[in-house]
Amino acid sequence: MSEHHEHLSQHDRPLSGPALRVKALESLLVDKGLVDPHTLDELIDTFEKRVGPRNGARVVARAWVDPAYKARLLTDSRAAIAEFGFFGYGEDMVVVENTPTIRNVVVCTLCSCYPWAVLGLPPVWYKSAPYRARAVIDPRGVLKELGDPVPEDVEVRVWDSTAELRYLVLPERPAGTEGCSEAELAELVTRDAMIGVARVKAPEKRAR
Amino acid sequence: MNGVHDMGGMHGMGPVEIERNEPVFHAEWERRVFALRLACAFHRRWNIDMNRHAIEQMPPADYLAASYYERVLFGFTRLLVEHGLVGAGELATGKADGKASVAGVLSPDGIDTLLRTRIRARRDEDVPPKFGVGEPVVARNIHPTGHTRLPRYVRGKQGVICRDHGVFVFPDSSAMTRDPSPQHLYTVRFAARELWGADASTRDGVYLNLWDGYLDAA
Repeated sequence: MSEHHEHLSQHDRPLSGPALRVKALESLLVDKGLVDPHTLDELIDTFEKRVGPRNGARVVARAWVDPAYKARLLTDSRAAIAEFGFFGYGEDMVVVENTPTIRNVVVCTLCSCYPWAVLGLPPVWYKSAPYRARAVIDPRGVLKELGDPVPEDVEVRVWDSTAELRYLVLPERPAGTEGCSEAELAELVTRDAMIGVARVKAPEKRAR
Repeated sequence: MNGVHDMGGMHGMGPVEIERNEPVFHAEWERRVFALRLACAFHRRWNIDMNRHAIEQMPPADYLAASYYERVLFGFTRLLVEHGLVGAGELATGKADGKASVAGVLSPDGIDTLLRTRIRARRDEDVPPKFGVGEPVVARNIHPTGHTRLPRYVRGKQGVICRDHGVFVFPDSSAMTRDPSPQHLYTVRFAARELWGADASTRDGVYLNLWDGYLDAA
């Protein structure tokens, strides 16, 4: 890129930046009667405060303590998750279970499909080129880089979300959590574990 | 279309970087464009397949350089004009020529319903499946110039049907002509070695959701 071009694009940035374009677009859509500004605030609030990975964590914790629920979750994921009555939940879902011999990893190579109602909006890395490109060809390399190498004798299953079916990984329950309540277990479950790129860790031993 | 959005298996994209304690949004404009697009989904002028295809129209160099919400802004703006909610002139000047002719707007009370019903992909039609669970199949070696959800990295490769999910809208026709062309959707397993060659693990596999229209008997 030439110096001249760089200079121009920098000069141009304050006028064409997305912040200004979105601001202009919002006032146009309000003037056209296409959106209600109060609803926009509510939508944002919904995804910042109400819908997020804590929902998915509750599903996982329930499956860990209740074998009948877990069986329902793995056979009819959509209906089993619907039992929680999460706000805005309408997704067709597939839940895949990690075991000592199987690791599941979820990706969307073509765009950014993600189970909003149970995990909220996807993190930047999930929507970014490195993850979308590499998760299918080198899942072991990605997991190793992220600090969770997979032993040779464990099978890796990568789920590329190409349709209107959203995937949730049911992670393995960590050892040392036998005394935990369902609510305490839910606190341990992370977003990354439910995408499949991390494992759930047992809580640090508390001083008593 | 064989676009840059079809990223599975590409090299050179760099490391996966997870941001610690990542916020839901990184800037106010990201919040606003996210909400604007969802609120306009209420008008049902386009479907999710058209939405994805609009983003795929972004010039490849721009697509790769853009953040997720910049891509959202590109696709959303395009859809607004293509489907007549906003005129190209209005977009250029920022001034409304008048009210849009729509039946109403999304209210806060309607958010739960919008989110529940925004994607309507499952269909009731009684269409017979072309394949049964356990059957070997080959993903077609096709290169549609329009929208498709058949990634390049599985085309021509052999896999096995693992599960039949029932009848779903076919995205290729849905995006281009709104024709739902209802057909069975499956989970198909491809062995990592079939996709990536002898360097891949013998144990691993990649699972994709593929429609009858993408598959032939092996």
